[in-house]
Amino acid sequence: MTREKIEEIVKNFLIEEIEVAEDAIKPDAVLKDELGIDSLDYVDIVVIVERNFGFKIKAEEMSEVQTLRQFCDYIESKVNNQ
Amino acid sequence: MTRRVVITGAGVYSCIGRNLDEVRDSLYAGQSGIGVDEERAAYGYRSPLTGIVERPQLKGLLDRRLRICLAEEGEYAYVATLEALKTAGIDMDYLEKNEMGIFYGNDSSAKAVIEANNIARQKKDTTLIGSGAIFQSMNSTVTMNLSTIFKLRGINMTVSAACASGSHAIGLGYFFIRQGLQDLVLCGGAQETNLYSMGSFDALSAFSVRTGEPAKASRPFDADRDGLVPSGGAASLILEDYGHAVKRGATVFAEVAGYGFSSNGMQISQPSDSGCIAAIDRALKDAGIRAAAVDYVNAHATSTPQGDRVEAIALGRIFGGLQTPVSSTKSMTGHECWMAGASEIIYSVLMMQNGFIAPNINFETPDEYSAGLHIVSRTVEKEINVILSNSFGFGGTNSALIIKKLRN
Repeated sequence: MTREKIEEIVKNFLIEEIEVAEDAIKPDAVLKDELGIDSLDYVDIVVIVERNFGFKIKAEEMSEVQTLRQFCDYIESKVNNQ
Repeated sequence: MTRRVVITGAGVYSCIGRNLDEVRDSLYAGQSGIGVDEERAAYGYRSPLTGIVERPQLKGLLDRRLRICLAEEGEYAYVATLEALKTAGIDMDYLEKNEMGIFYGNDSSAKAVIEANNIARQKKDTTLIGSGAIFQSMNSTVTMNLSTIFKLRGINMTVSAACASGSHAIGLGYFFIRQGLQDLVLCGGAQETNLYSMGSFDALSAFSVRTGEPAKASRPFDADRDGLVPSGGAASLILEDYGHAVKRGATVFAEVAGYGFSSNGMQISQPSDSGCIAAIDRALKDAGIRAAAVDYVNAHATSTPQGDRVEAIALGRIFGGLQTPVSSTKSMTGHECWMAGASEIIYSVLMMQNGFIAPNINFETPDEYSAGLHIVSRTVEKEINVILSNSFGFGGTNSALIIKKLRN
């Protein structure tokens, strides 16, 4: 899967399913502070990622992920190593 | 000095209307909200009859986090509460500055429980269930969500008392205000209508199978009744200390004047005439009135052979010879179960406000017990000052409420 495709899917589910404001979605936006993603949202993001990318997010692998760019990096690494 | 408790707000979302005005018109017209749900037939229900309740669209009204925690019955309760608060003249600014409690009747939330467990069974992984399911699954789903949405800071709990849940919720709100523990309490009842909600109740063969004539299926007290029709929605009332309401300049719908309760102590699904009488007697005593003062009885009667017979016996003993008008609005709405005790207070208050008695439709042939009652089968124009509303439930829980037109 291309990086562009991953970013497109992530952007779409953040807007459509998590209801993040579209204009807040920027590569360096901090997930928690700038996109307002809280601990309950993460529970839903685990479900959405499994549905869209076919792998299960592990909390310990997400410990360094702060920004949207890092989140897409993480997904890219998981998808391309499956 | 004992405080007086009044109703200063009301809202309803049901199969006979999505707000007070629509419901008032349906009640007056004797309009049934019952239909056939083909999905139930395909699923294996013995009876596909149900109240047809439209799901409200909340996107745009509530943000995602608040929406995904709401089960179906919570959505109805939210819409009914918006109307109740609006009629009470209470907005979010007021709620942020003043304390309001909540007692709401609810006794199931089947869909979220079943869907969450279907995911776990399929995926073998509970972390793929998502975050909303737990908040939708619990019996207290309605109160936990409404208290969050409306920022309530007083007493906060669900009343689970089977088909008397909504009535007991109002009774408890009334007690809390009368005792001086709260000035304002949101009370009500909610009932889900989804495919999963009524299968186990249908298992008892308690539902009408008059599928060819849905509007005639619910026929409380009629000799040809063959069971109840499940239904749902939500009803919300704002109960308030009278002095507090006057000070606030609120419009008063009616006064909650008495609450009575009892438990049958018998077999789990068996109604009891002595249990009904105990609750009604207690409510009359609490209100300080005699049976002759009651202008209208909104009966619990659900259209089951046994339940209606037992209530008719109880009403005959209490109101015998008085010719007190009786009707069961379940003839139009079906049995709104956990919601019914609250919605039927709203139906009765609408009759009180508009000077009519809504008919017990489909009452065509009395049986030997209902023959002695003055059952109103067509809409009657009448001034109503005092109402008795009955609610009875599985496990022998009984509740009776007395509502009065406010007299200064």
